[in-house]
Amino acid sequence: MLDLTPKEIIERKGLRINPCKTCQPVGAVYAALGVHKCMPHSHGSQGCVSFHRMFLSRHFKEPAIASTSSFTEGTSVFGGGSNVKTAVKNVFDIYNPDIIAIHTTCLSETIGDDLNTYIQQMEIPEGKIVVHSNTPSYAGSHISGYFNMMSGFIKYLAKNTGEDNGKIGIFPGFTNPGDMREMKKIAKLLGADFTMFPDTSGVMDAPMTGNYEMYPKGGTTIPEIIGLGDCKKVLALGELTSMEPAMELKRKCEVDFDCLPLPIGIEATDAYVTALSHFAKTEVPYALEEERGQLVDIMLDSHAYYDKKTVAIYGDPDTVLGITSFVLEMGMIPKYVLTGTPNEKFTKKANALFEKFGVTDCKAKASGDLFELHQWIKNEPVDLLIGSSYGKQIAKAEDIPFVRAGFPVLDRYVHSYMPIVGYKGAIRLVELISNALMDRQDRDCADEDMELVM
Amino acid sequence: MDKRTKILDNYSARVFKNRKDHIVELEDAADPQSIAANSRAIPGVMTNRGCCYAGCKGVVLGPLKDVVTITHGPIGCGFYTWGTRRNKAKAGDDGKNFIEYSFSTDMQEPDIVFGGEKKLKQAITEAVEIFKPACIMICSTCPVGLIGDDIHAVATWTEETYKIKCVAYSCEGYKGVSQSAGHHIANNSLMKYVIGTGDKAPTQKFSVNILGEYNIGGDGWETSRILKRIGYEVISVFTGDGSYEEIKNAHTANLNLVQCHRSINYIAEMMKTKYGIDWIKVNFIGVDETVRSLREMAAYFDDADLTARTEAVIADELANIADDMAYYKSKLQGKKAGLFCGGSRSHHYQNLLADLGVETVVAGYEFAHRDDYEGREVIPTIKTDADSKNIEEMTVTPDEKHFRLLLSKEKFEQLAKAIDLEAYAGMIKDMGNGTVVVDDFNHYETEQLIELFKPDVFYSGVKDKYVIQKIGVVSRQLHSYDYSGPYAGFKGAVNFARDTTMGVSTPAWNYVTPPWRTVPTLEGKIGGEE
Repeated sequence: MLDLTPKEIIERKGLRINPCKTCQPVGAVYAALGVHKCMPHSHGSQGCVSFHRMFLSRHFKEPAIASTSSFTEGTSVFGGGSNVKTAVKNVFDIYNPDIIAIHTTCLSETIGDDLNTYIQQMEIPEGKIVVHSNTPSYAGSHISGYFNMMSGFIKYLAKNTGEDNGKIGIFPGFTNPGDMREMKKIAKLLGADFTMFPDTSGVMDAPMTGNYEMYPKGGTTIPEIIGLGDCKKVLALGELTSMEPAMELKRKCEVDFDCLPLPIGIEATDAYVTALSHFAKTEVPYALEEERGQLVDIMLDSHAYYDKKTVAIYGDPDTVLGITSFVLEMGMIPKYVLTGTPNEKFTKKANALFEKFGVTDCKAKASGDLFELHQWIKNEPVDLLIGSSYGKQIAKAEDIPFVRAGFPVLDRYVHSYMPIVGYKGAIRLVELISNALMDRQDRDCADEDMELVM
Repeated sequence: MDKRTKILDNYSARVFKNRKDHIVELEDAADPQSIAANSRAIPGVMTNRGCCYAGCKGVVLGPLKDVVTITHGPIGCGFYTWGTRRNKAKAGDDGKNFIEYSFSTDMQEPDIVFGGEKKLKQAITEAVEIFKPACIMICSTCPVGLIGDDIHAVATWTEETYKIKCVAYSCEGYKGVSQSAGHHIANNSLMKYVIGTGDKAPTQKFSVNILGEYNIGGDGWETSRILKRIGYEVISVFTGDGSYEEIKNAHTANLNLVQCHRSINYIAEMMKTKYGIDWIKVNFIGVDETVRSLREMAAYFDDADLTARTEAVIADELANIADDMAYYKSKLQGKKAGLFCGGSRSHHYQNLLADLGVETVVAGYEFAHRDDYEGREVIPTIKTDADSKNIEEMTVTPDEKHFRLLLSKEKFEQLAKAIDLEAYAGMIKDMGNGTVVVDDFNHYETEQLIELFKPDVFYSGVKDKYVIQKIGVVSRQLHSYDYSGPYAGFKGAVNFARDTTMGVSTPAWNYVTPPWRTVPTLEGKIGGEE
């Protein structure tokens, strides 16, 4: 497995090997799927959206709908105006969404297609909406595509009527439906009136009923997105993912926002709970305090199996920072933390966490790749690996216990239903981490050392 | 209203006009109507098609295990073709297996503005330094063609600088109308730059290449196992578990076996012209078809020992699977299937389903051409359009050094009457009357087809798998085999039968409707009256 990866590291400037990111458009599709009755539309050649639908379907084991402008060579020469206008007409005719969310690709960006103009020229049926966002694949990552699409919805739709609606907007970051449900559960327990945007729960975890609903019950509704402009405040969860659209909403509708980390682990969840409690002017209910107490109880009970163990964490920036923060709370050492997304804020935030918990010899890198992570591990190994399915090769090659978390998880089921956020999510992470390490201990120990009670 | 009309009924006039020729209801399958194929998808219809890059890098080149294939472009394209197709491979004697790796230039905005050739050269330099490959291939993505990076010049530079093989493919996603254009581009350059450059001669009397076998789920390994048992030498496989080192010598084989007609027929034809190597259309999917293919191969070589060994292996393999096949047939007999795959499997799997007593009621392809539906005899009548004209039709001439014919002209013509020698009859003729064939099926039509035909099982890809299952019909992926396999050959047939049986009978299907939907949970009278 990965036998050709040498221990010796040479600095690479041209070759990306085993990436830890993908391109903007898939993030745009995922954000658009979190809007009720929305058809994501890819303005490019049809392979892009074919890949994106494959990727999302394999992670969620759910339909991932999206249409395409199906560029040909001629389209690339003469521009995609005619294609996108035809596409929008056909999508409304055949699939009848309430809104189409167009995102661009490297192809349409390189030829300079102007979607603003095209959308103005389109025949859009009464009561239907078309929005767009620029998501060139040659900049940023799928995370940028996600927040750019969010900003696109806000630019087109959010309105400040001058009268606040008493709500708080919650931007959940690039997370699973299971995480979004947990964040909503906490907000409800605190009595906060909120709009979560986007919200893929009820869409990418829709139940089996025997009937296929192209537009399942979930997703942020259009009136809710319009109403973001009248929110009293926004909680942007995960600064590297959610701050841009929060700033966009602030620019357009003067809605203030607070940036908080994704609520992964105790402190980040405490911050989320506290912020909502302040907003809703409610006491934190016993139900949440009970969960928090259970989490701390579990950590005290189980710490011996993970204390000071070293871990490598990779994936999307805010998710990695969240897990890093939590493993530090657990007393582990996040020896390597890496994201493929280019954003130096990631490195700064990770280093700040290392400093806060007084750990040394830990390394953080943005714009990295899994080939490099593997080389680091070959030079100085770790006890545990946490990240997407793409790390399974490294885990096998180096025989390291492995916990799947983040995007994408292509090789396991149920993960997208289960949170890693909130106190419940943290409890789940402790279970995943301690099970991985304890299973390994059982596997490797001598027969005479096999413990029935652990 | 016939089924075809019902499928088309909801379309606007413009979409109807286009789609009507892509849907055929078979009245007399033996005398097929013509079907429109390999033409542009309509923007917005949610086609299942991919792009030229997917066909070139994803399908044909990706499985070459000893090649560093660098995707020149932004990160997405290289990322999505990394480990997602299940083309299995084991390292050869050189220890090189790059299947586990993804290589990309990860182009950034300045590369798009100022050109990406410099970064590509840098990437190649680094690849050579780290991996020392014998061969590097470069695949372009959309923006590369638009900004005019000369990847072919970079390939020449690589060969001169590093004294290794380097082949560039201009397979930008916008070319052609589907993956099919990418297959063609990959075929052309493998023919032009790789096949015929080796000199390792076969060691056995009967040698073959397997063309269009991508070793999904280990299919190629099962096929090779059977062939080796009979005594064939497999010179090269295009391209599942294949290698640059092997396909260099492909011209030394006696016979080409074409499994996936759509993606590889170009090479089969060009090798016939250039090297005189005959090809036969085999199909190692399905028990009867595997037997037929093996017998036709034996008929081609016309050797008493080989024929005897072929029959002995067939008898032994059939005996090994007989009980299992009979068991699964008893579970599946009489069921109806829908089959939608890329460009060949929708035909191949009908044969395997027939072995199990399952009738295919509706079938179609994502990116096939008319010859895949109607048979190669229609090729002279296929009109080229603007999109297909953009893909080079390569002309080859006989190679004086290597050209040789194994069969005399008379023998060839005599044999062509008996077996599928350089012939392929297409899918439609094997389908029953009243069945429907759909080209470039889309999301909407898939829903309609299920509603109309109510198949018991629907074989398709991951993009519609979960749509189909939400409707209540089990869907098995025929691109990736739902992470199972192999499905080829004798043992593969049993795996396929087991997986299908499991899919239609898993107990979860019994729990779709909660009991309170059919039996009232509240008992008593309105108003609480006694």
